[in-house]
Amino acid sequence: MLKPRTIIEKIWENHVVYREEGKPDLLYIDLHLIHEVTSPQAFEGLRQKGRKVRRPDLTFATMDHNVPTINRFEIHDEVAKNQITALERNCREFSIPLADLYSSEQGIVHVIGPELGLTQPGKTIVCGDSHTSTHGAFGALAFGIGTSEVEHVLATQTLWQHRPKTLQVHVSGKLSPGVTAKDVILAIIRKYGVDFGTGHIIEFTGEAIRNMSMEERMTICNMSIEAGARAGLVSPDEVTFEYLRGRKYAPKGEEFEKAVERWRKLATDEGATYDKTVEIDASEIAPMVTWGTTPGMSVSIEETIPYPEDFATETERKAAKLALQYMGLTPGTPISDVKIQHVFIGSCTNSRLSDLRAAAEVVKGKKVAPGVRALVVPGSQQVKRKAEEEGLAQIFIDAGFEWRDSGCSMCLGMNPDTVPEGEHCASTSNRNFEGRQGKGARTHLVSPKMAAAAAIYGRFVDVRKLEKEAVR
Amino acid sequence: MQPFTIHKGKVAGLDRANIDTDQIIPKQFLKRIERTGFGKFLFYDWRYLDGGKPNPDFELNRPENQGATILVANENFGCGSSREHAPWALQDYGFKAIIAPSFADIFYNNCLKNGLLPIKLSKEDVNYLLKESLSADYELTISLEEQVVYDEKGFRASFYIDPYRKQLMLKGWDEIDLTFVYEKHIAAYEEKNNPIRC
Ligand code: SF4
Repeated sequence: MLKPRTIIEKIWENHVVYREEGKPDLLYIDLHLIHEVTSPQAFEGLRQKGRKVRRPDLTFATMDHNVPTINRFEIHDEVAKNQITALERNCREFSIPLADLYSSEQGIVHVIGPELGLTQPGKTIVCGDSHTSTHGAFGALAFGIGTSEVEHVLATQTLWQHRPKTLQVHVSGKLSPGVTAKDVILAIIRKYGVDFGTGHIIEFTGEAIRNMSMEERMTICNMSIEAGARAGLVSPDEVTFEYLRGRKYAPKGEEFEKAVERWRKLATDEGATYDKTVEIDASEIAPMVTWGTTPGMSVSIEETIPYPEDFATETERKAAKLALQYMGLTPGTPISDVKIQHVFIGSCTNSRLSDLRAAAEVVKGKKVAPGVRALVVPGSQQVKRKAEEEGLAQIFIDAGFEWRDSGCSMCLGMNPDTVPEGEHCASTSNRNFEGRQGKGARTHLVSPKMAAAAAIYGRFVDVRKLEKEAVR
Repeated sequence: MQPFTIHKGKVAGLDRANIDTDQIIPKQFLKRIERTGFGKFLFYDWRYLDGGKPNPDFELNRPENQGATILVANENFGCGSSREHAPWALQDYGFKAIIAPSFADIFYNNCLKNGLLPIKLSKEDVNYLLKESLSADYELTISLEEQVVYDEKGFRASFYIDPYRKQLMLKGWDEIDLTFVYEKHIAAYEEKNNPIRC
């Protein structure tokens, strides 16, 4: 009998090209995703040395970080335009498929990979972007890399990697109505810290994860990097296979059934062990809102903003003080009293169809509060089209939201979508770092439902109560 | 990449935890398509006041920190995005090594790829260095060969670095050239596993 193994060990072993004592493993990469911001220097490196792209057929590019979400073909920022044209040129020169601004498949790289069926169980997937961990939701080993590594993968289709340790995050129990995957991952990071995953690959397990749709699992895996982890994944199951069936790049017909048989065997074996395990009970999680400048600085909607003195270590107390100062918040204030001026529903964490549906449900028949500017930025052009067909777009527009084209947008504000200094934004993205959404911008990370409710009330409200009212 | 063997230089301290890559190099500077020239944008939002004047309160702007080549900071340095622009900016500014109790994984790797040495020391040692760095002429010596950091007052601490990465850094080798040596293994893997996009 073979020793029981985790999915992480199985995928790793399947991809070792070369192994030697005292060296990292040389790992084969099945899928390399590319975008305009972290690739130009890598292509430049190839050109300087006269190197080729080894497997353009295993490489796929799109443009997302810089792209305008209105009048997308009119890029006024010369430098941004330069990056977009550089990507077009590089893809043409090296024969790499590209979903450009004209493509009906364009979108945020971590939204379109799964949507097109490029992301599949058991693959090794890399991209010059830390949220590559999103693809782990399919039982793929997916991680972010730097530009030097992008160049290395382009040239050799491999990477030298030490095998990280394994970390199980077990989410037991059932979620209460109104509580979402976003709240789960925020609660995990609050409980265990922004670096508890450092040096590890996380596998998310447990009843709550099994009950989640693929899109919810993507939200969870997306933010594994915010816990410091190299990657995060979920063992594939029927939910995974059903999601992939019929997708553009997924295997077809009999090939698909054969693939499912292979994929099924990847799931972590009964009795396999991890280097570390942590747990959280889903039934105890309430909707979360961040108050500070790291994703770990959050409270549930029922709580008040903490006092720096509440924290255990000097480093934490200092960090809390600086964060409160930056955010312009007073300890002891109920988080539900914090007023917001901006709402952003989008980003690779929460811009898929189910996220927009959840937000639209809250918004339906209501109006955005006076003085609030609210944006919905679908994760891809496909999501956008479907949301328009389903009538979600109209719900948002009728309520006073701006309905945009797909891209990263206000998640990092590299395009013109930013939050002005000193103003508060309820955002469904993944990072509330200082200046992330604009210089001096004050970001509060929340779920799509919570963001939608904040748009209507101009402050944070408990969506669980709204749902009760709706039932009555 | 430039080889790194031994380095002696002035130390600047940044006593904060979780310094993320958005602080190290804010996104508005990621649009360049070159690897160089990022130093002037390092820690931009902390370093400059509105209107572009240097912020006198920011640690790196203090007169005693001018010309520093070694940066000491607190836990989880470099967390956040995978942007390699972060080590490029630190290096372009003049830093040769970063010392902290812990680093974010991708950032740590990115540093090694560029010959910028990330050094993990204990929290205690880092606190000592942060204190010492307040004086204008405090210097440290780093020997990669011996894997030690020391000053002239008797402080000495050793650090760990993966032996493979150490070799590459000492020699300043190009990793891609090195991987090409394994071409037949890569080809054999492809032959056996037939990786396809589908
Ligand atoms: S949406 Fe935000 S986090 Fe996701 S890839 Fe774009 S910039 Fe990065």
